[in-house]
Amino acid sequence: MLKDADRIFTNIYGWGDAGLTGARKRGDWSNTAKLIKLGHDEIVERIKASGLRGRGGAGFPTGLKWSFMPKEVKDRPHYLVVNADESEPGTCKDRDIIRHEPHKLLEGCVVAGFAMRAHAAYIYIRGEFVNEARRLQAAIDEAYDAGLLGKNAAKSGWDFDIYLHRGAGAYICGEETALLESLEGKKGQPRLKPPFPAGVGLYGCPTTVNNVESIAVAPTILRRGADWFAGLGKENNTGTKLFCISGHVNNPCNVEEEMGIPLRELLEKHAGGVRGGWDNLLAVIPGGSSTPLMPRDVCNDMTMDFDALRAAGTGLGTAGVIVMDRNTDIVKAIARLSYFYKHESCGQCTPCREGTGWMWRMMERLVRGEAESHEIDTLEQVTRQIEGHTICALGDAAAWPIQGLIKHFRPEIERRIAARHSADAVNAAE
Amino acid sequence: MSIEARIADEQPETFKFSAENEKEIKRIVAKYPKGRQASAVMPLLDLAQRQHDNWIPMKAIELIARKLDMAEIRVLEVATFYTMFNLKPVGKYFLQACTTTPCWLRGSDEMMRCIKDRYAIASGETSECGRFSLLEVECLGACVNAPILQVNDDFYEDLDYASTAALLDSLEADAPLPVGSVMGRSGSEATSGATSLATLKPKQSGVANA
Repeated sequence: MLKDADRIFTNIYGWGDAGLTGARKRGDWSNTAKLIKLGHDEIVERIKASGLRGRGGAGFPTGLKWSFMPKEVKDRPHYLVVNADESEPGTCKDRDIIRHEPHKLLEGCVVAGFAMRAHAAYIYIRGEFVNEARRLQAAIDEAYDAGLLGKNAAKSGWDFDIYLHRGAGAYICGEETALLESLEGKKGQPRLKPPFPAGVGLYGCPTTVNNVESIAVAPTILRRGADWFAGLGKENNTGTKLFCISGHVNNPCNVEEEMGIPLRELLEKHAGGVRGGWDNLLAVIPGGSSTPLMPRDVCNDMTMDFDALRAAGTGLGTAGVIVMDRNTDIVKAIARLSYFYKHESCGQCTPCREGTGWMWRMMERLVRGEAESHEIDTLEQVTRQIEGHTICALGDAAAWPIQGLIKHFRPEIERRIAARHSADAVNAAE
Repeated sequence: MSIEARIADEQPETFKFSAENEKEIKRIVAKYPKGRQASAVMPLLDLAQRQHDNWIPMKAIELIARKLDMAEIRVLEVATFYTMFNLKPVGKYFLQACTTTPCWLRGSDEMMRCIKDRYAIASGETSECGRFSLLEVECLGACVNAPILQVNDDFYEDLDYASTAALLDSLEADAPLPVGSVMGRSGSEATSGATSLATLKPKQSGVANA
């Protein structure tokens, strides 16, 4: 188990003061100017060396992403945009960073912003997090008053401003280009890539969009050293990670653990284990709703990292671990996710707009067994026709949970269809 | 739902921002670069909604369009794209119940049943007394503290039938329960006590950051 001394978010449960005084006691803002003195490129190199991979779901190397920003600022300013539009079902870690460790995020913005030669950051927070936004704004105001933001931020010689922007209820704005559209005052409909945001992003300027957690860990990595971070976890899957454990466990919780921790250990050490014991486990969705579920036999020896989960046909995603015990109506659980994606499709691409509704209606029939067995194959084919055929990954995200269900629980779907058919036959005979 | 069905039939004749909000608008618009004032459209819609009993009249949409030099249809498009903008009246207590899978696994059906037992309303409806509106919403992003009921700005967490009933009682008496976990969790630590950070826990549990 990870030692407390190696945990980055030491106030994640909100036991201490979330304000500047408390944050300073935890080491935040202690030598920001010294970190800035490393220089733009050295910061990027050190983040690269730490092996940090983006914490928003895709797991793209953070340092590499920063390095895509132009090396010189020409006619267009550079922007850092922080994605705090946390809405992937199963995920609630950024909320805790914002309300209990806001200064880690703010200091991270200064350091990361400087590394990419930006003088401004916009933090886009989901609209429903009203109280969290108030907290964050209070932290921003406090940081300005203390000279940590604004002109010569934290006496680093670098001017840096942070602006908070609230969303208004749209999952799709967690997609980086939809987020930029929304920030520009439009509907959140994803843009075609290329051009990528590092070339043409916010207001047409070079922009990097990072997840809250990716930015918030950066100052600690620089302080404690890339080697320290790279020494935790597994090769290519380094460091610590906030896991969100929800669903059928005895004690749902968020916890910072080492990357690559065995799933069973994670659930049993921190969440009190599966309700009714490990043998009562039916399936786990390992990384937020879009990652395909794993039945218990796959869960037995699974480790929680990008590569191991990917090899098992699923993903670490946001590390939102949704646990389902054997009492779960698994078809209904996935059908509810299908409804979610139907509701959240932005309507721009036909395969997603039409397909998410079609898949949801089909899933509702499967919940009741009102189908023919061959329709399971039809559904599987439709998911393949949506996946990869849309501008953004929402279509993929809607297809994957269904693919996972069919792959691992096809007998259960067929059982319902057979049961329905025999019930219909009895009714017809009466 | 069609656009027409989302917009109130009865509309006020006029809409004006309060003097205080006019100042706030200046502060908001200043966050964005010159010429990029359209970025302020969502904050201004939010401001209008807060000023006008939690819904946005069409006159406010026209006014915001003028203020930000946008076409009215662009503002209306934004107002209808995002689910948090109400274009018709809602009750004093706007109940937004999350029923997405993580909340459903933890008993959001019970939370919904409690609300329906009491007010006999479905999602999108308002109680006979006019004070309670219900909307079934998608993931609120607090899954570890599921199920969640958002009442206006505030999240109530870890609910079941009985605690939902107690919460509704408190709202009916206009004395809402403290915001956050009804089980008294300060954040998302394990219900049985945190399994990490114990060595760093202040001797007296710090100020609850509710």
